[in-house]
Amino acid sequence: MAWIDAMPVSAVDTDDMCRFDHGGTTFVIYRTSSNEFYCTEGLCTHQRVHLSGGLLLDYEVECPKHNGRFDIRTGQAKCRPVSLPLKTYPVRVENGRVVIDLPDV
Amino acid sequence: MDILAPLKFPSPRNYSLGGPENARAQERGLANAEWYQTPVDRKLLKELMQRSDGRALRDTAIWLGLLALCGAAGIALWGSWWAAPFFVFYGVLYGSAADSRWHECSHRTAFKTVWMNDVVYEIASFMMMRNSVVWRWSHTRHHSDTIIIGRDPEISAMRPPQLIIIGLNFFGLIAVPQALADLARQAAGHLSADEADYVPEEERARVYFTARVHMAIYGATLVACVAWGSILPGMLIGLPRAYGVWLLMILGLTQHAGLADDVLDHRLNSRTVLMSAPLRFLYSNMNYHVEHHMYPLVPYYALPRLHEAVRHDCPQPAPSVWSAWREILPAVFRQLSDPSHFIRKQLPPGAGRLPARAPAAEE
Repeated sequence: MAWIDAMPVSAVDTDDMCRFDHGGTTFVIYRTSSNEFYCTEGLCTHQRVHLSGGLLLDYEVECPKHNGRFDIRTGQAKCRPVSLPLKTYPVRVENGRVVIDLPDV
Repeated sequence: MDILAPLKFPSPRNYSLGGPENARAQERGLANAEWYQTPVDRKLLKELMQRSDGRALRDTAIWLGLLALCGAAGIALWGSWWAAPFFVFYGVLYGSAADSRWHECSHRTAFKTVWMNDVVYEIASFMMMRNSVVWRWSHTRHHSDTIIIGRDPEISAMRPPQLIIIGLNFFGLIAVPQALADLARQAAGHLSADEADYVPEEERARVYFTARVHMAIYGATLVACVAWGSILPGMLIGLPRAYGVWLLMILGLTQHAGLADDVLDHRLNSRTVLMSAPLRFLYSNMNYHVEHHMYPLVPYYALPRLHEAVRHDCPQPAPSVWSAWREILPAVFRQLSDPSHFIRKQLPPGAGRLPARAPAAEE
């Protein structure tokens, strides 16, 4: 695992998310309405659609293609058609930057 | 054996999901592929995707309230011709308007609160004689592979279109017996080959349970008809799916009929039709069909605004239902002799195009 400088905090609006690609893999960084940051893998486990085009509803992200939902804190699949969880990654904010702890990809 | 075969026009393509067209679509990169989307500013899109319990509760209350009023008037006036207009309206609210409620709640976009979507979804599924579990997965596939032959289980107008069956289904004459036979089969614990292609293994127990609940309600309705010596219980439960579906056929067939198949661009295989506010209420704005397919997270009440945001990049919408049918009818009649014919939607100058990309991974 390695801490990676992903983006400035200002790149993600509150109550929204932003795609982040690194080492040939895609991730999503979320910023909740209470200014908390989370990170998950970037593709829906159902049909590999980029989740960054979806909608953040409190702590759930909704896939833009089939409306499946995941808990961004745990990755848990919350409603059909998704059933497999998302991988989640530790996040912290340092000096106005979002930093995420990624596996060596 | 297909007992409907005498009513069918032969097709050069095999529309079943278990046939060779499924593998062919996958080989051609048409299955679970990436589709064209007109770019929309993220802030605006986020705004359009917001759901409102208040708006959906209001519309649902009007819908169910009118249904109850018409049903009550129909019961009170039963035995006289004065009941007829109330049952006409009751049938439309039941057999036609329930479809778009079913649809919107299957996406869970009508209400902000998930369980409210699920409750209305179950009610509307029952009214439309659809197994709520099977049809959730069927519609998921329809959105993955819209009008991709061999993949999409919800293609209403094939090439050539089955015009005799479609005509009979304006009063549910084929669809209702078919739906009851499907429910009976599912209640007995069997999926069709097509259903088995898109309903995951872990969902099948719920399929059978749901079918048994639906069949129990229809059975109780039948018993009530016999016990009271009247068709009135059936006029309220079950039969409206037949005598009230005509408006859904008029509106719903405009979604894709006569347009391209096997393309990865909803602007070419779907149709947006402008219509009056009362029709849009009954149809939950599903007339904005290109927009819905492009951005299925946008709830029905935000589709008119989404239409304004993407219309510069889309074909001209049909200005009325009548206009849409004037486009559809010559095309589908020509398809009877020339199944390769379809309506080529013209994109406006400067419209965006789908970049060549590798298809997404298989489900």
